[in-house]
Amino acid sequence: MSFPWAEHYTPKHPVMQWIDEKLPLPRLVYNAVGAGYPVPRNLNYFWNFGVLAGLALVIQIVTGVIMAMHYGANTLVAFGTVEQTMRDVNAGWLMRYAHANGASFFFIVVYLHIFRGLFYGSYKAPREMVWLLGLVIFLLMMATAFMGYVLPWGQMSYWGAKVITGLFGAIPVVGEPIQTWLLGGFAPGNASLNRFFSLHFLLPFVIAAVVILHIWALHIPGSSNPTGVEVKGPQDTVPFHPYYTAKDGFGAGVFLILFSILLFFAPNYLGHPDNYIEANPLSTPAHIVPEWYFWPFYAILRAFTVDFFFVPAKLLGVLAMFSAILMLFFLPWLDTSPVRSGNYRPTFKKFFWILIIDVLILGYCGGAPAEEPYVMISQIAGAYYFAHFLIILPLISRFERPLPLPGSITESVLNRQNIKGEQDALPGMGADPQPSNAG
Amino acid sequence: MASVEHTDSQGLAGGDGVRRRDFINIAAVSFAGVGAVAVVIPLIDQMNPSADVLALASTEVDLSAIQPGQAIKTTFRSQPLFVRHLTDKEIAEADKVDASSLRDPQTLEERTVDGKKQWLVTMGVCTHLGCVPLGAGEGENRGEFGGYFCPCHGSSYDTAARIRKGPAPKNLEVPKFSFTSDTAILVG
Repeated sequence: MSFPWAEHYTPKHPVMQWIDEKLPLPRLVYNAVGAGYPVPRNLNYFWNFGVLAGLALVIQIVTGVIMAMHYGANTLVAFGTVEQTMRDVNAGWLMRYAHANGASFFFIVVYLHIFRGLFYGSYKAPREMVWLLGLVIFLLMMATAFMGYVLPWGQMSYWGAKVITGLFGAIPVVGEPIQTWLLGGFAPGNASLNRFFSLHFLLPFVIAAVVILHIWALHIPGSSNPTGVEVKGPQDTVPFHPYYTAKDGFGAGVFLILFSILLFFAPNYLGHPDNYIEANPLSTPAHIVPEWYFWPFYAILRAFTVDFFFVPAKLLGVLAMFSAILMLFFLPWLDTSPVRSGNYRPTFKKFFWILIIDVLILGYCGGAPAEEPYVMISQIAGAYYFAHFLIILPLISRFERPLPLPGSITESVLNRQNIKGEQDALPGMGADPQPSNAG
Repeated sequence: MASVEHTDSQGLAGGDGVRRRDFINIAAVSFAGVGAVAVVIPLIDQMNPSADVLALASTEVDLSAIQPGQAIKTTFRSQPLFVRHLTDKEIAEADKVDASSLRDPQTLEERTVDGKKQWLVTMGVCTHLGCVPLGAGEGENRGEFGGYFCPCHGSSYDTAARIRKGPAPKNLEVPKFSFTSDTAILVG
């Protein structure tokens, strides 16, 4: 693991030496996120989001475990205990709002983390396993978030559970038995609520475990960087601590400020008023929508309105929605260009931004009612989403002529500093431009 | 090493290359594997509906109070169930339609019990994404075909609760039911 020039852990205090001999845990931490992990020196702020996602997971686990202390997983009392947490439990409102909005922030930073990976080609060899494990985390997050949303047992909880488990009912022959099995009944009920609570408690720890694998797999080749050029020597890296602990610390501060703004000033902004009505199996809310982070996928699900080749529209929608994520598992082999960073791929860069706009459009349509023109827009945007990965990306990789790459990370950093140095020198009218101090 | 194995297989397996030890190894692991699979069965089966949920799997409905043109909303397997007493006009409207032209071709006869065509018993679950359609209650929107209307995504059902317009793929499901007397049915 890591580069040969990594700092070695040498405990000075006898107690630390004693611990290191018996259980080298401090050594592991030092080598993973301490001075013993050399990281490319040119990482920009997009590299903050991995650590921020970890921070969001910690916030979710802490607030979630506390909320579980005040929650009753039974359809008779669930809604009431959540309201009780909000009104009667000391600081209960803070825990619940932090947990609900924390989920949104978790998805925000994870989407930005994925965005970073897509733009800078972080999924490419030798980091395919990092990408695959990241997608596993993403799927686990979606399952966890879905089940967590059912727990307050409001109208959206109930009908969300019904619609989402109904997706499995679209599978031919075995669909309905699977749906009944998932719910433990013919409709969401007490059995469903209990199992969702149990799994909602378990899965975050499974996520934490896969996060460890994700970081482990990352530390074998080491972090990628904005040039996409591999580390060539000690001059290309700086130790994770204190350089990136400081940079991530700044990012964490910004993250917490934004989180606090939402949490304290608009805690229900991203929620649905219908979920403050207790679940009623006999009355459907007029407009069922999932949480915002599912909208792009929900739009793809609803984009199919006509049967194709005797396959029912509903099944097509379900298949398309799952494929939209499963396809990403093949991304490292769909994009065959040896150049990683989008900064050196002019054609890729253009289509990348079109894809981002496309996903935002899908997200907008997923949150809108299922009527025209949103259905038609979803169909076009959904088709483009698949075309980007399955047709456009492989073609770009074949025909694109990338820009010349810098010789090394250091070279790209020094070039940038030289240009900046010259610009700084201009207003000073200096006869001899300041030599860049990095020389 | 090779020579030792050679002697081994010669001695124990009668020359066909499979040693007795291999057989024991495979047999032991397979046996443990079968055991592991057997243990998984209850672990999965516990998630199926429990006995108390299944005990509520059938519902009796009294029809005596339902006048022609009226419908009631009750529950069957904790999902809404619609029982509608069709008027002669509604029956005529349903019969007028050529069943083969429908998305889910069925006649009213096929959806009701012989000789009791006026009793339309269906699930109140839209076949699109599971919402509860409107139309069973007094004064609710019954859609342009006079049956049921799903407010979620605009599916319209006709007087035989067949899908006529909108995204739903199938007619409202008719559960298995039988008449226990002239004015009572047992659903499930």
